[in-house]
Amino acid sequence: MIPEHIKKAAKVWSEGSLKQATSRSPERSERFETASGQAVERLYLPEEDQVAGYVEKLGFPGEYPFTRGIHPTMYRGRLWTMRQYAGFSTAEESNRRYRYLLDQGSTGLSVAFDLPTQIGLDSDDERCVGEVGKVGVAIDTLDDIEKLFEGIPLDQVSTSMTINAPAAILLAMYIAVAEKRGVMREKLSGTIQNDVLKEYIARGSYIFPPQPSLRIVSDIFAFCSREVPRWNTISISGYHIREAGATAVQEVAFTLANAIAYIETALAAGLSIDQFAPRLTFFFAAHTDLFEEVAKFRAARRLYARFMKERFGAKDPRSMMLRFHTQTGGVTLTAQQPDNNVVRVTLQALAAVLGGTQSLHTNSKDEALALPTEEAVTVALRTQQIIAHESGVTNTVDPLGGSYFLEHLTDQIEEGAVRYIREIDDLGGVVKAIECGYIQREIEESAYAYGRSVEEKRRIVVGVNEFRSDAEPEIELFEVPEEVRARQVERLESVRKRRDKRAVIKALDELRQAANDPRTNLMPPILKAVHAYASIGEICGVLREVFGEYQEMRQ
Amino acid sequence: MPKGRILIAKPGLDGHDRGAKYVAHLLRDAGYEVIYTGIRRSPEEIVSAAIQEDVQLIGLSLLSGAHNFLFERVLSLLAQQGADDIMVIGGGTIPAKDVPRLQSLGVRAIFTPGTSADSILRTVSRLLEERSPGDGGGRDVTT
Repeated sequence: MIPEHIKKAAKVWSEGSLKQATSRSPERSERFETASGQAVERLYLPEEDQVAGYVEKLGFPGEYPFTRGIHPTMYRGRLWTMRQYAGFSTAEESNRRYRYLLDQGSTGLSVAFDLPTQIGLDSDDERCVGEVGKVGVAIDTLDDIEKLFEGIPLDQVSTSMTINAPAAILLAMYIAVAEKRGVMREKLSGTIQNDVLKEYIARGSYIFPPQPSLRIVSDIFAFCSREVPRWNTISISGYHIREAGATAVQEVAFTLANAIAYIETALAAGLSIDQFAPRLTFFFAAHTDLFEEVAKFRAARRLYARFMKERFGAKDPRSMMLRFHTQTGGVTLTAQQPDNNVVRVTLQALAAVLGGTQSLHTNSKDEALALPTEEAVTVALRTQQIIAHESGVTNTVDPLGGSYFLEHLTDQIEEGAVRYIREIDDLGGVVKAIECGYIQREIEESAYAYGRSVEEKRRIVVGVNEFRSDAEPEIELFEVPEEVRARQVERLESVRKRRDKRAVIKALDELRQAANDPRTNLMPPILKAVHAYASIGEICGVLREVFGEYQEMRQ
Repeated sequence: MPKGRILIAKPGLDGHDRGAKYVAHLLRDAGYEVIYTGIRRSPEEIVSAAIQEDVQLIGLSLLSGAHNFLFERVLSLLAQQGADDIMVIGGGTIPAKDVPRLQSLGVRAIFTPGTSADSILRTVSRLLEERSPGDGGGRDVTT
């Protein structure tokens, strides 16, 4: 509700100045909208609710409903973690990139694994030809993880690992390598992505069907709450959903719907909400429409807090805090005029910071075509450092809070997400909504609509459908040599020769038994197998035997 | 009467299929019969689907960097099975320097990021028209 005196004044303005202006020169378009297609009005005015309802809707940073941020001082206290996602070829080469990034001022690590690792296959599996070391580092056994983290102080650096279906195995390897170096598991901090539901929806790196996958997730929650208390047990990811074509509203809705499913699974397994919820984290994309993105982060925070308190009865405020990592939007990068991507990434990173992110990855300008070169990664990291140290936006909490437009968009995104989540609840929950293809279809429709709007030039993408250059200079791209697979296979064979075969067989047998008994937590037998240098393919092989494999629904 | 039958396929382990689904949708809207394999198909599965479904054209989509191996494998399996009258085109994050080699292997067209829908439709339509008996076919790169 707009206060009466402002409404009156607005009417005078609209019949006077506005009418005059539009009669002289009409606006550029009949309809204005955000990048996600939300309608945008000419002018937003203060609403009574923004003052009267301030405490309930916005409140104070560090307090429920956390709209303005999860910490009372936000970046005045501590900057976000600058965490560049990286990994390629073998463990040694990726290790060199991590040390370079830390030397350049990165404050956390983020490991990219190759596709064979992500779907639980060893590098010597014939299905992996052409893929080993390509989109991330190849990991087969503990031996690789030892080399990956050589010289990196695991008690000081936090490590995020983009690993989902085999998350339990990589977490076990991380714990194992730390303990071999004398770092106790309770000292470790980091994150595993561990979000399998969005693999079915958008990313495709699934192995097992939903039910056993959810059991593994819940086993990890239980194990870490006892043994690795500082570990973030999941990073519930909207990023890939957005990359697949979802709108900002869908990104929030489907991510929170997935969160609900994980929480319900853990509750059903007998955990209490405040025992595991404080370690849940999130991961969102940041696109270029600045206000829409900032509003999205704020809406997600408020909505999650309300769900946790009202739907799940959380009592610990930390259970209600939506902590999140952000990555700038890969799909927004263009292969044409790649230097422009630096500007896009700047706007996107700014949106993440204005939205109160806890950690941030900035994409490099060359990533529309390949993994980034070291030079491109450095510019991406510098972009974060410039925002942190030169822009001034870190000096106050939630700097855009109170913008009439931003608050309106925040409400609108929250309402849109609530509608979707209600629909998913009506379908019987997110697993059902995935199995019947509902969520995938919704995303695909958004992706198609977006594509058409670019094709029809209703939306301008600079350098692609407008402002094109005739000659595109060829840029130097990073390349992973094909020999990586041969080297990795050789290393795996040498580990297989060196290890105690009987210990491996025994550990895998114990894992099989545990997998067959839903009441047994899978983490201890996985740790044992990892210590015996069982490979990811062998461990996942046992789990595949017991759990079966997920088959994508034909659409 | 459909204009032609096309298989859109995702070879290898890559799960990113926004592009594949987009192109499938685009071609369907343009009047083609389109079968989409879904993600993570082996070259063997793709070739056998193409033969079974009696398509004239396979569109391979890949973003993982494994195109050099996987595209070549699809082409050689087609040849082995006497089905090299089925044309192959491809798209995804494919660096410009890999394009000439893929073309020389027999990939008819490569669509890299930023390619317009119009240019994809034009190329597909031309390839299918050229596919008359005795015609060697043309090759095209569009960026």
